[in-house]
Amino acid sequence: MKRRLAEFGDWLEHRTGLIGQVQHFLYEEIPDSSGWHQVLGSLALFLFMVQAFTGILLAFNYAPTPGDAYDSLRYILTELTAGSLIRGLHHWGASMIIVVVVLHMVQVFLWGAYKKPREGTWMIGVVLLLVTLAYGLTGYLLPWDNRAYWGTTVTTQIAAMSPGIGAYLTQLLGAADGVGVVTFARFYAVHVLILPPATILLVALHVYLVRKHGVAPAPGDELKPKKRFFPVQVFKDTVVIFLAFALLFAMAIAVHVPLEQVADPTDTAYIPRPEWYFLFLFQMLKLFNGPLEVVGAIVLPGLAVLALMLAPFLDRGKVVKVTRRFAAIGIVLLAVVGWSALTMAAVKSTPPQEAAVDYSYPTDWISLTPDQIATSTISDIPAFVRQGATIYQAKHCNACHAVNGAGGKLGPALNGLAKRQTRSWVEDHFVDPQKLSPGTIMPPYPMSSQDRDNLTSYLFSLPDR
Amino acid sequence: MDDVPVETPQSQGTTRRGFYAAAINVLMAIVSAALGVPALLYLFAPAKGKKPDAWAEAGDVTRFAPNSPVEIVFQRHRIDGWRVIAEKGTAWVVKYDNSQVVAFGPNCTHLGCAYHWEAGQKDFFCPCHNSVFSIDGKVVSGPAPRPLDRFQTKVQGTKLLIGQLRKSTEPQA
Repeated sequence: MKRRLAEFGDWLEHRTGLIGQVQHFLYEEIPDSSGWHQVLGSLALFLFMVQAFTGILLAFNYAPTPGDAYDSLRYILTELTAGSLIRGLHHWGASMIIVVVVLHMVQVFLWGAYKKPREGTWMIGVVLLLVTLAYGLTGYLLPWDNRAYWGTTVTTQIAAMSPGIGAYLTQLLGAADGVGVVTFARFYAVHVLILPPATILLVALHVYLVRKHGVAPAPGDELKPKKRFFPVQVFKDTVVIFLAFALLFAMAIAVHVPLEQVADPTDTAYIPRPEWYFLFLFQMLKLFNGPLEVVGAIVLPGLAVLALMLAPFLDRGKVVKVTRRFAAIGIVLLAVVGWSALTMAAVKSTPPQEAAVDYSYPTDWISLTPDQIATSTISDIPAFVRQGATIYQAKHCNACHAVNGAGGKLGPALNGLAKRQTRSWVEDHFVDPQKLSPGTIMPPYPMSSQDRDNLTSYLFSLPDR
Repeated sequence: MDDVPVETPQSQGTTRRGFYAAAINVLMAIVSAALGVPALLYLFAPAKGKKPDAWAEAGDVTRFAPNSPVEIVFQRHRIDGWRVIAEKGTAWVVKYDNSQVVAFGPNCTHLGCAYHWEAGQKDFFCPCHNSVFSIDGKVVSGPAPRPLDRFQTKVQGTKLLIGQLRKSTEPQA
């Protein structure tokens, strides 16, 4: 058996040179100082492959047009086995890849590994960082829920501020008349047709250059004998890949990714928030007002990218030990502090999310009447809905109002209430109906503010019919 | 553990190499399985699928004349992935003397052509390859391998309800 395998190996090698190439790849010489700090590039590549794999799986059951996109994602989440897991892997994988790409970059920056002759490797790396962010930006729209729609509305309007090219850019993004079907098609095309081949090409170039110049040595390496990539460094890479994947898998299972209601361009009360890794940009924008807005939106981020690109040409000193690169350490610390402060400020200023229906779960209960919900044993009913329906039942609201076709006709039917009234109007109306609708026969309904909250949230979750 | 091999520096090197290689393979195998198994379930496990209204209304049974098949068109809902599709279905409905009602699927069991009722011959005739079926769906002549398929039916009041199409299994005698 072993002999047969060896014979087959020889046969293959003779015809393709494949085995020699793999061996050449695995037995590459690396400096003695190589170790755990250099695993991040491999990890980023692995995570990219996970994104490609889960992305293709999602595409197998996803219809890339508004409306259908939402329905098909809901189908993946509520009706397909492991669909929720695969979406979780893709969603959290996107966050993880950004963390890893940034850490990879920080490591290279701190060690000064971008110095001559590795400037090109670094610059391609910066482009890959931008590509990674572009995946996040375009992928954000694809669920076509309210969060996707309103988040992308803000993004395209920021793009429109670009001096000189703003109008062309919005035209290119298909968002000249707001986010719509054209925008969606463009974002999808960029996400699955442009970015993946671009990534493959750039990663190939990046790895080729790493191989050409070799892994960057640290001071003192020139005196020590070289090591080989396989097996010890490959083992270290694999251990870290395994741990990162275990974390990703755990997050995909344990940290639920919600799906909001389908995109509603008439929902003026919606407060959009970008993905966590863009929050600092979002917050920075608030520091600039009026004509200066373009500085926060375009100029500063543009300068930051330019500075990153040119880092190898700005820092031209000799390679020194990482522990002595005080300026680099200072810059990284400054960036960390700035990023954290902006992100924390953004999180703090985020208004508390109102209770909303999570459509990533089955929502068969939506067509039930409040009486049925209050006594139902379906486990997927959100707590606020169950409590709201119980209060509705206890206060005998159904004597005058109808929900899902059941109840009295003295008052207006309550389906679609969210479209007709604001939340605060409804809450105030419970307290003093006469004040808001003079002449109404509805009496005041005093209740605890939590009950009022739950009841209003429940009523606001009722679909228009 | 009775014959511990003597550790030469060289054999120590190979066992360490062996350990690393094995660890790499095992960890990668676990990762591949954690991705592969959900992927297979996702692709091959049937969708949990809500069941649409299984029964479609297809007319009033008192309106059908005995022993004269009529082609009826009915509206039904079909689930297609994430879509619920309202579509038309057709069936040949026969009310027999004992007022039992049967709804035949509209396709010949040979190659799926649309057949029709020949009022003169009093049989169903498929123009593609001349299959002939009797009024109770049995094959009279021609290449058809089995009787006409039947829809599940039930009568509510006087309303005829049509359900799923069931393939006829009865082999040709």
